[in-house]
Amino acid sequence: MVKMTDLPTKGGFSFDLCTRNQMLLDKGVQMPPFRKTGTTIVGLVFQDGVVLGADTRATEGPIVADKNCEKIHFMAPNIYCCGAGTAADTEAVTDMVSSQLQLHRYATGRESRVVTALTLLKSHLFSYQGHVSAALVLGGVDVTGPHLQTVYPHGSTDTLPFATMGSGSLAAMSVFESKYREGLTREEGIELVAEAICAGIFNDLGSGSNVDVCVITKGQTEYLRNYQLPNPRTYISSKGYSFVKGQTVFLEQLLLLVSKLVHVEAIFQLRVDEWQYRINWGLVPCLC
Amino acid sequence: MYKLIIKINVVGKLGRVWIAYMPTQLVWDKRFFVVFGQNASRCSKQVASPKSHGGEKLIRCLVIGSACSHSHPLPYLEKKKVYFLARSISLLSSLSFPLALSSPTNHLYSLAAMSIFEYNGSALVAMVGKNCFAIASDRRLGVQLQTVATDFQRVFKIHDRLYIGLSGLATDAQTMYQKLVFRHKLYQLREERDMKPQTFASLVSALLYEKRFGPFFCQPVIAGLGDNDEPFICTMDCLGAKELAKDFVVSGTASESLYGACESMYKPDMEPEELFETISQALLSSVDRDCLSGWGGYVLLVYAALLTPTEVQEKILKGRMD
Repeated sequence: MVKMTDLPTKGGFSFDLCTRNQMLLDKGVQMPPFRKTGTTIVGLVFQDGVVLGADTRATEGPIVADKNCEKIHFMAPNIYCCGAGTAADTEAVTDMVSSQLQLHRYATGRESRVVTALTLLKSHLFSYQGHVSAALVLGGVDVTGPHLQTVYPHGSTDTLPFATMGSGSLAAMSVFESKYREGLTREEGIELVAEAICAGIFNDLGSGSNVDVCVITKGQTEYLRNYQLPNPRTYISSKGYSFVKGQTVFLEQLLLLVSKLVHVEAIFQLRVDEWQYRINWGLVPCLC
Repeated sequence: MYKLIIKINVVGKLGRVWIAYMPTQLVWDKRFFVVFGQNASRCSKQVASPKSHGGEKLIRCLVIGSACSHSHPLPYLEKKKVYFLARSISLLSSLSFPLALSSPTNHLYSLAAMSIFEYNGSALVAMVGKNCFAIASDRRLGVQLQTVATDFQRVFKIHDRLYIGLSGLATDAQTMYQKLVFRHKLYQLREERDMKPQTFASLVSALLYEKRFGPFFCQPVIAGLGDNDEPFICTMDCLGAKELAKDFVVSGTASESLYGACESMYKPDMEPEELFETISQALLSSVDRDCLSGWGGYVLLVYAALLTPTEVQEKILKGRMD
């Protein structure tokens, strides 16, 4: 029975393999651990705009899968979103809403508003009842001013002056609760965010590596990737491992030449000359 | 003593089909297990014609996936029953992997302890060097603890400058590869050029995320040469969460050992020969510490530099065969 399942689908989820996977689950097979962003993500509102911060560790079970991943996703030139939870879900949801916002900008001809992004995110997450496991901190500056919102996997949202999410949220919130005040300057805001993320990095096992910061103000956005690197690799020796050529024993070898460079100009010129010579001497039958 | 047999369509040509029966006393339970591959109809004729073997008609059976892996003769059953079973083999041989698993239900006790990624076993690693990249895999295909093939291909070519390795459940890896080749061919027809590695990585990620709530149990490792001969490597989890690394990516049951080996052995900007040595040593030392992967290695090295043709080297490594 040939089904048209292999043609590119129109979009959305496909549930083809669910029956098979359910059968495997009933047999007692463990589902594999998905890559999560253990994470500490924070945001705060300062006097001119919004500062977002995130750590850079991605975990797969207890193993660190990526030591320097990007958790601050682009939504619009004036809106950025930090994501925690299942990595595939946060990336897919933020990419999808980012595309929808771009289309909306083309349709309206105006700068995107943070509430637009918020509504698109929460309606998508609510319709999947929390199974799309993405916890987001959305921040941006639009015509109505700076906004900072959190979105939970089930679709609820909060509007806050400072927010933390992820496994390291408690560590980061402790820093915010003691040091946050209204009307911070840009430098103070960045420093406070970096301190909160560092608290998450050093105290939470699911967060680690470096600090990413994103500062959004009216008309300008600055994405400071790897703003702080508090965990450098200092233990490696400068010499490293060096393997002698021929150390690895191999049984068979196949060498393929994929592309060949052939200089054709000279040959072509020769052919042209040869033809010219032949034409001149009447060796080529012509219609003239 | 029950014997467990699982269909191994993933291996490809088994060569011959054997019908397996239980020992005599259990025949009356009408339980039988079949191993099937290709050429089922040829076997039915073979089985139907009587063999003279010590006066008694014997049918040999190959038992796969159980504690004992030897073939032994069993008493002959009636011709009609044999023929019926041979017919059913050719029908059943088109069924997919889950059905074979579901027939002898009470024998899967050991599957419960394992994750689905540990069913077949795999090890994949890709590394970046100076204008070159290398992608390496092990060659074992197993069914839990039994090795079924020692030349299994895990690294596939998409086009001359783009390769993908797929670890995890072998059947899902092969299905995923077929889908990707299909999509790439459509892309080539529409765009009249090959896909860039970054685009391909997004395609793989989208295909995997589409199955978010019923995923393919495979983890791809993508390696290719992008614009200006820049090497590109990327891995994903089974849902399509991309990890773009600049140094190395690993995947498979041996991934934990591979992380450790690559972290210590990797150096930036290695020349192709050194890169080959490094990736081979990292792979071989990691699979030595993993029961489910190994049996040699396969390394593919692609090197491109200005004014020289793109070179592709495939090497099969000699490793421990246990």
